[in-house]
Amino acid sequence: MRLYNLSVFQLSELMEKKEISSEELTNAYLERISQVESGTKVFVTLSKGTALAQARDVDQKRARGEELSPLAGIPMAMDDNICTEGIKTTCASKILYNFIPPYDATVAERLKGAGAILMGKCNIDEFGMGSSTENSAFYTTQNPFDAEAAQGYISGGSAAAVSVGEAAFTLGSDTGGFIRQSAASCGVIGLKPSYGHVSRFGLISTASSLDQIGPFTQDMTDLALVLNTICGHDVKDATSASVDVPDFTKSLVNEVKGLRIGLPKEYEAGVEPQVAAKLQEAISKLEELGAICEEVAMPHTEYAAPAHYIISSAEASSNLARFDGVRHGLRVEAEDVLSMFKKTRSQGFGAEVKKRIMLGTHVLSTGNYDAYYVKALKVRSLVKQDFDRAFEKFDCLLTPTNPATAGKTGKNPNDSLAMHLSGVCTLPVNLAGLPALSLPFGMVDGMPVGLQLIARHFKEETLLRVGYTLEQSTNQTRPKPGLFLKYNIHRG
Amino acid sequence: MNRYEAVIGLEVHVELKTDTKLFCGCSTEFGKEPNTQVCPVCLGLPGAVGVLNKKVVELATKAGLALNCAIGTYTWFDRKNYYYPDLPKGFQISQVFRPIAYQGHLDIDVNGATKRVNITRAHIEEDPGKLVHSGGSITTSRYSCVDYNRSGMPLIEIVSEPEMHSGEEAKAYLEKLKAILECIAVSDVKMEQGSLRCDANVSVRPVGTTTLGTKTEIKNMNSFRSVQYAIEYEVERQIDVLEDGGRVIQETRGWDENRGITVSMRNKENPDYRCFIEPELTPIELTEEWIEEVKASIPELPDARRKRLVEEHGLPEYDAGVITSSLALAEFFDATLKEFPDAKSISNWIMGELLRLLNARNMELSEAKITPSGLAALLKLIEKGSISNKMAKEIVEVMFVEGKEPDQIIKEKGMSQISDEGQLAQIIAEVIAKNPKSVADYQAGKKQAIGFLVGQIMKATKGQANPGLVNTMLRDKLTEEA
Ligand SMILES: [Zn+2]
Repeated sequence: MRLYNLSVFQLSELMEKKEISSEELTNAYLERISQVESGTKVFVTLSKGTALAQARDVDQKRARGEELSPLAGIPMAMDDNICTEGIKTTCASKILYNFIPPYDATVAERLKGAGAILMGKCNIDEFGMGSSTENSAFYTTQNPFDAEAAQGYISGGSAAAVSVGEAAFTLGSDTGGFIRQSAASCGVIGLKPSYGHVSRFGLISTASSLDQIGPFTQDMTDLALVLNTICGHDVKDATSASVDVPDFTKSLVNEVKGLRIGLPKEYEAGVEPQVAAKLQEAISKLEELGAICEEVAMPHTEYAAPAHYIISSAEASSNLARFDGVRHGLRVEAEDVLSMFKKTRSQGFGAEVKKRIMLGTHVLSTGNYDAYYVKALKVRSLVKQDFDRAFEKFDCLLTPTNPATAGKTGKNPNDSLAMHLSGVCTLPVNLAGLPALSLPFGMVDGMPVGLQLIARHFKEETLLRVGYTLEQSTNQTRPKPGLFLKYNIHRG
Repeated sequence: MNRYEAVIGLEVHVELKTDTKLFCGCSTEFGKEPNTQVCPVCLGLPGAVGVLNKKVVELATKAGLALNCAIGTYTWFDRKNYYYPDLPKGFQISQVFRPIAYQGHLDIDVNGATKRVNITRAHIEEDPGKLVHSGGSITTSRYSCVDYNRSGMPLIEIVSEPEMHSGEEAKAYLEKLKAILECIAVSDVKMEQGSLRCDANVSVRPVGTTTLGTKTEIKNMNSFRSVQYAIEYEVERQIDVLEDGGRVIQETRGWDENRGITVSMRNKENPDYRCFIEPELTPIELTEEWIEEVKASIPELPDARRKRLVEEHGLPEYDAGVITSSLALAEFFDATLKEFPDAKSISNWIMGELLRLLNARNMELSEAKITPSGLAALLKLIEKGSISNKMAKEIVEVMFVEGKEPDQIIKEKGMSQISDEGQLAQIIAEVIAKNPKSVADYQAGKKQAIGFLVGQIMKATKGQANPGLVNTMLRDKLTEEA
């Protein structure tokens, strides 16, 4: 039995029955990591020492008969833009290469409280700008399905970690679709919760009005378990909503009869035929199970990507201003303070980040503000209205996650606009702050395909129900990777 | 010289009196060791986001209402982006687009006339940290230290319309503003501790024209008086520039207190702040009911109090103005009045002795030990004639420094008046015996001759005889003997 192939739920049961200890499980994961990490490059920082200490602590609690969370003793990881007390948090940027936060992000604190074992911090694009980790200041994380290890596939440390078994579940952040897109192309489940449902305290934000922390899991049951722990109001985050958090495991219902599912036709533009075929397959299945699937018009979809680009860049240009060499991270010494700012930022940030800062600075400047930023905000409310109107009639919406097979980002990974456009199906959701799920749904040409489900604000339960039904009714939702030929990595 | 008119607008930053900072739980206590009152939020550490302190909204609303402002029921925070080492996030959270309070006014008195100065807006914002330079300034120092204790302290910035025309008016505006804010207890309003800071926008224009001249912004003034002097200097300077055929340059100038001049601060260009809505905070939504509740909590303001002192207690306008210029004085007055009903004599003592003693020692009333009931007791003793005015002045100084009750001081100093009728009768008899001429004059109808006799008695008792009693007894004696 390969422990790293089991789900959170299964592992939790094994530990409950005392068939394995958390320490054994953590060691099994560490062994797995040592086998594959040189190929996958999932982690920026491994926290082996604290992981084992945490695991032993959980084992002692279990031995004492304490009541434990289902996540207790489970090895997990999170993106390197989520602050972890005493553990380096770099945002995959040179400018934070040495930053050790003196505090935990609220999600990290909650997972710690639940006894989950932090194995390490996952690679991302620098400050989350991109969707392939090619913009990481350190290295690119391999897409586990990418046999030739070719560049340009959507990937992320957290998605790949779950895919290849370097962590049982992970947390990432989603500004324009990163969680869903990388989950789709790595064949795992990824959820961007409703804006305000998961605390953003401790997330090193680039676009505060769009960012949301969410989980990557192997299946829908695990997703419900993780959401149960990380969702809920946080007094430390003003944008956190005080809404009641349900027990998400109650939404794991294999039933979609009578559910109304909207199919935004504007999202089909630019979708590869093979991906469209997988979408059609899912629609047929859902209809067969009694759901009502109909087209819905989302007329402002085409403006969502440019509006998102402007808003996210504007916010990023301001959010990243604090990296000036005065208090933390990189400082390049210079003659005077202004030169120190300039040198630190010139050497600390990578090309893509600089591009976004310049763009954001430009769209907020006097004279451009109304033409770009204000206009983008108007588009944002129109996009929201599209969703509001659609949800008057539908319970959820179904689209592909990535328009292209496994989200190949194109021949030119340096073209950030092209990269941005690959998020055409996911970006509008961030503008509207809605919850959305990416569910693996079979393969095309050896690469996983993901479907996106979008629900009303704070209605993650709908996503869990539809996702769970598809998971239970098809054999599509767990692509058996196996497939990472170069490094011979298997899960399942 | 009088062909020009000065146009002055003031921007006043007032630190609000809360226990904790604007967006975090750090203490706001003044004067602590540098960087001991900080946390991830006010240090702007990556990932830390803040939550609005509701008390700040209440105090800002209160200030807005006391300044006759309209209160916005839906306002929000914006970011002002600029780089400076004391600004940990690289932006300041402020209210740029929608201030919580707007369109207010206050009335000032200058040269006996009342004048209304309109207030454009009062908005909430966070204070940056404080730079301490090893050399003279950030450009000339080898290194500078930053104290982030002040970072994230809650401020309101009160912006006046450019409607003042002299340094004196500006000073009167600040004094009135301070009196109001002090009265509603939203701030310590201490310029020397930085809880009130003032920048002045100054321009001049030919008398009779309405377009504004090019303005300069004057900073670094650390007292109301220096605001007045700095403006007066700057107005003269601008007029000189224009008279010499030059042009005023729009710039920031610093007041050099020692040299009594304003100096160009070339490094402070006006940056493009690229303001936009703060995405990490939610809007401030206020209900009319809540605003009414805050309104109801506002105590009697200085202008109303002043009116009451004039109308109900018959104080002269001038006295009422002085007494209500400071909350401490006004409260002291009211408390004394409760125990001693002669308003005018209280105001005489406050404006005379009390203010003299405070000024001589450069003290706040709160630091003096004298209490309202102490003053009332003293005034009662004077009224009864137990002590003379001269003695009272001596006593009040002791009360001021030591806080003792007047009775105790009189006893300790052996200052008590001679009210013993037996003792006085003896002295009176002696004086009558020594001054037969004056006695005769009195008895012949020259009533004023009694004054000389009283004087002799006071002299004989070193001023300690109870003057009222002396008068009565002397009169009786003289009548009796006639
Ligand atoms: Zn703080």
